[in-house]
Amino acid sequence: MVRDKPDLQVKIRELVLKNPVLTASGTFGYGRELASLVDPVRLGAVIVKGISLQSRAGNPPPRIVETPCGMLNAIGLENIGVEKFINEKLPFLRESGACVIVNILGDSVEEYGQLAEILDNVPGIHAVEVNISCPNVKQGGVAFGIDPEAARRVTAEVRKKCRLPVIIKLSPNVTDITSIARAAEDGGADAVSLINTIQGMAIDIQTRRPRLANVIGGLSGPAIKPVAVRMVWQTTNAVSIPVMGIGGITTPGDALEFLIAGASAVQIGTGNFINPKATIHVLEGIEKYLLEHEMNSIHELIGSLND
Amino acid sequence: MKQIDAEILEIEPAAKNIFRLTLKAPGIAEAAAPGQFVMIRPVSALDPLLPRPFSLHDWSGSQGTIIILFRVVGKSTRILAKSRHGQKLQVVGPLGKGFDITSAENVCLVGGGIGIAPLLGLAKQLLKTDTKREISVLLGGSSGAELAPLAEYFDIPGLAVVLATDDGTLGHHGVITDLMANHLARSSDWLVLACGPMPMLKAVSYLCRKNGWPCQVALETAMACGMGVCMGCAVKSAADSGNKGYLHVCKDGPVFWESDVAW
Repeated sequence: MVRDKPDLQVKIRELVLKNPVLTASGTFGYGRELASLVDPVRLGAVIVKGISLQSRAGNPPPRIVETPCGMLNAIGLENIGVEKFINEKLPFLRESGACVIVNILGDSVEEYGQLAEILDNVPGIHAVEVNISCPNVKQGGVAFGIDPEAARRVTAEVRKKCRLPVIIKLSPNVTDITSIARAAEDGGADAVSLINTIQGMAIDIQTRRPRLANVIGGLSGPAIKPVAVRMVWQTTNAVSIPVMGIGGITTPGDALEFLIAGASAVQIGTGNFINPKATIHVLEGIEKYLLEHEMNSIHELIGSLND
Repeated sequence: MKQIDAEILEIEPAAKNIFRLTLKAPGIAEAAAPGQFVMIRPVSALDPLLPRPFSLHDWSGSQGTIIILFRVVGKSTRILAKSRHGQKLQVVGPLGKGFDITSAENVCLVGGGIGIAPLLGLAKQLLKTDTKREISVLLGGSSGAELAPLAEYFDIPGLAVVLATDDGTLGHHGVITDLMANHLARSSDWLVLACGPMPMLKAVSYLCRKNGWPCQVALETAMACGMGVCMGCAVKSAADSGNKGYLHVCKDGPVFWESDVAW
């Protein structure tokens, strides 16, 4: 028998998400900015803008440029720092009752550990997501996310320093994303999320200058969706922890592709810029699809890819 | 802030390459303030992808309508110019921090090119406030053909309008800052409110600093979200303004005290 409302709950270790639709870091602020359009409580979780130990000013402008069906950004991880986040931004989300996942970033393994330790004791935080696409300053500036051993060490350090569920956000700028995903799993990750932005570049042919002051930026939006679906499918076949799909989701159909490929949940990023209510649109569409296909639970859909 | 599918009530050419778009925007019109903007998505397709920011040119809270004046500069505005009466557009707004017009000085509005757009709603709001202040409107454009139709919107009792064009086909032959120097010298207590291209705003800002006139500028940058989450619309802040690093045009602005901006 099909129930009126399909079960949309998914679990990351012991953390129960009420539904599989989350906001991607850096595209929903700290929940308050869009609260008049989207009630953060309706979402599986709000993943907040990436936070570092100290505040960061970010890159010089221009920081963004639109490309066909996508956008390049080089924001430079601008953020207010962990202390201000806890004191000024977190209270709104905590009081709203939303599930809050804090995205963290650092320059060294130790910094990630310190951030995890600080956040572990703060009420109102339900999990951490670790951005490992940052350069490892102490080890020659190579991104943690492109070296399996560095990825494992960051994961293990965060795991050691906090009891919260740990999600490792993977960079797609690698030859084999499954090797990084396995390294994160070995390090003790409770889930992986992918993909972060794909490195790209755009040039103004009139001035022959790069369109971004940083020259190189991260590509996001519908343009990257097929790459993301492919990587999610490969990763779900390589690890036994839950996988969150990210990359170019703007419609329920986009999200369903990721879920069918094996993702336990999805994050909506650039889609929030295109339509600030994209998360709700996607959530309602997933529910409708399950009803139409007489599925009682989202788990009947996850990983249901046919040959 | 509201997100609506706004019906196009009217779209008409205003000047060469410039269009005037009237939208039924209940909930947005009532909340609008001078200098604020809206994000408009011209299509539901994925290219162009992002909505574009447009300043509010005029609005009527009682009729629930907003008016946008825009120049065709790229793909999105080309599509917007071809849109038709009855069509619906995704509109989010009103957004950002507008002009601060609480003080009682005489006011000088300075507009250049399509930067003239937000000054109409601003002028009307200033006329509504019950003060005896003088309101001067200095408008600049490349030519008379471009400027004349836009200047007509300001043909309202109570506004002293002065014009300048780059080619001298209408009003003063030269830049708007020439006019400012002459026009404002008569009195010292001016509040200058400006919108236009960056080089113009820089010149206006410099002149105001030199003469001790407080000045607010409405800035334009590329934006992705328009509501303070993507951090894409950064401009360098003045080192001595107390704000380290960058200002964000969508949330901290689009209107800033010129002294807060690093020129």
